[in-house]
Amino acid sequence: MSEILLQGKGVETFYGKIQALKGIDFEVRKGEIATVIGANGAGKSTLMMTICGTPRARAGTIVLDGKDITQMPTHEIVHLGIAQSPEGRRIFPRMSVFENLQMGATVDKLRHFDEDLAKVFALFPRLEERRNQRAGTLSGGEQQMLAIGRALMARPRLLLLDEPSLGLAPIIVKQIFAAIKKLNQEEGLTVLLVEQNAFHALRLAHRAYVMVNGKIAMSGTGAELLKSPEVRAAYLEGGH
Amino acid sequence: MEYFLQQLINGLTLGSIYGLIAIGYTMVYGIIGMINFAHGDVFMVGSMVSFIVLLALGVTGGSGAFMIIFALALVVVIAMLIASVYNWTIERVAYRPLRGSFRLAPLISAIGMSIVLQEFVRIAQEGRPKPMQPLITGGYELMHRTLAEGGDFTVKISNMQIMIIVSTLVLMTVFTMLIQRTALGRAQRACEQDTKMASLLGINVDRTISITFILGACLAAFAGLMFLLYYNVTDFFIGFLAGIKAFTAAVLGGIGSIPGAMLGGLVIGMIEVMWSAYFSVEYKDVAAFTVLVMVLIFMPQGLLGKPEVEKI
Ligand SMILES: Nc1ncnc2c1ncn2[C@@H]1O[C@H](COP(=O)(O)OP(=O)(O)O)[C@@H](O)[C@H]1O
Ligand SMILES: [Mg+2]
Repeated sequence: MSEILLQGKGVETFYGKIQALKGIDFEVRKGEIATVIGANGAGKSTLMMTICGTPRARAGTIVLDGKDITQMPTHEIVHLGIAQSPEGRRIFPRMSVFENLQMGATVDKLRHFDEDLAKVFALFPRLEERRNQRAGTLSGGEQQMLAIGRALMARPRLLLLDEPSLGLAPIIVKQIFAAIKKLNQEEGLTVLLVEQNAFHALRLAHRAYVMVNGKIAMSGTGAELLKSPEVRAAYLEGGH
Repeated sequence: MEYFLQQLINGLTLGSIYGLIAIGYTMVYGIIGMINFAHGDVFMVGSMVSFIVLLALGVTGGSGAFMIIFALALVVVIAMLIASVYNWTIERVAYRPLRGSFRLAPLISAIGMSIVLQEFVRIAQEGRPKPMQPLITGGYELMHRTLAEGGDFTVKISNMQIMIIVSTLVLMTVFTMLIQRTALGRAQRACEQDTKMASLLGINVDRTISITFILGACLAAFAGLMFLLYYNVTDFFIGFLAGIKAFTAAVLGGIGSIPGAMLGGLVIGMIEVMWSAYFSVEYKDVAAFTVLVMVLIFMPQGLLGKPEVEKI
């Protein structure tokens, strides 16, 4: 098994008095796709944001490649090589597609901008066609591609994807998952994927966690969880 | 017609000054969603510092052109520097600790800062207005109407007016390029649109906010110098009314919009000048603020308010 890239121990996060993460243990190893599945409100997005230090964990530790990042400011954490395509995409609506991608390259200081831009455009040709369009006027699927592309522009060691399939047509979902798989296999990119669309995610994942109510309820390989009766009953029935 | 043309020139001059100040309001609002009520006083500090430095240098209208240009360049740099330090400090001590607190807290703090600056300057520099000899004199006659043509009247543009209008134009062009074309401007706009996302991309948000305060202060300081040279007088209280007018301009143009602030400044300047010219000087401020109220009622977005085209 490869080295651990990201590890969380006993991570607790609060919104005011409400506790959203109740002691989470997890790890992501180099070169793998890890996934967190769980119902709406389980705390998946909170986990993704806590990894990036916004909000900050109130207890526990998060370690990236041997370095404790629990108390670091967000912009310093991402400079260590974590990029996130967050829930709700959060593209900059009044900037062009191109400018959004420039923003993505902030961590890289635009050093490999042209090269990376070509890669992102190869992955999502739609973005190239829309390059000068205001991002706010893109369709939902295009915005999702932009959010992922923007994250890739940072040349991350760890890519966090929060529900990349949300609200998208099945054909686009397929494209996006194919893109994630390709990045992982061809570039060796490590991915932590959060999904409600459990079937797709589990099929892709080397390592998987099920989150319920701010806790990890189950973990295993993607294949194991796909076979698990509890998981099937809770997340896959009525299937995809 | 000639009379109108003259007012147009005067309005453009005054509007330039308001526009420069208004940008500071609108940028700060854009990025942290608050009105920096001390901004008008930063403008006042800019003008006061300009006065002090000019006095210390001892330049007068009689000094050679080269000397005057050199002195003004120096004054611009010093005034911008000191105004920046003030605005930067205000953000650090009075606004940043209150970020994330209830919405009115930074507003109250801002009003407090405004009073602090005014009182500080009043005590340190004495309350009396500070007059100076005109530094830049002369001008051009653009048009002349004789008595026979309906009354003796000359349309003039002074060198000072030319300087204000041209330098404002240059400054705003440079500034627009900075915001539209550079990484710094991009970071600024990113923070304005989604602060959290900007930080997730590696932008140091606190630093970007500080830079925004500094940029606003530089423009306000420049406006302060122009104000001093135009009216040949300054005092500790000029920031109050000019600040409120510039704030009005920012709202009129669409708060958060930089071109809006420039446009709003011009409109407010024009209204004030035209009203004084055709109706009564006493009511010029009333006229300006009436327009604000009308805009707020009928066009709450302002003239160039942002169209939010966002799809889910
Ligand atoms: N900004 C917030 N303020 C307060 N509560 C929040 C906030 N964001 C999420 N929560 C709460 O935290 C819990 C976990 O939410 P979230 O992490 O978004 O779950 P998921 O991504 O799994 O749907 C939910 O109960 C949600 O209501
Ligand atoms: Mg979520």
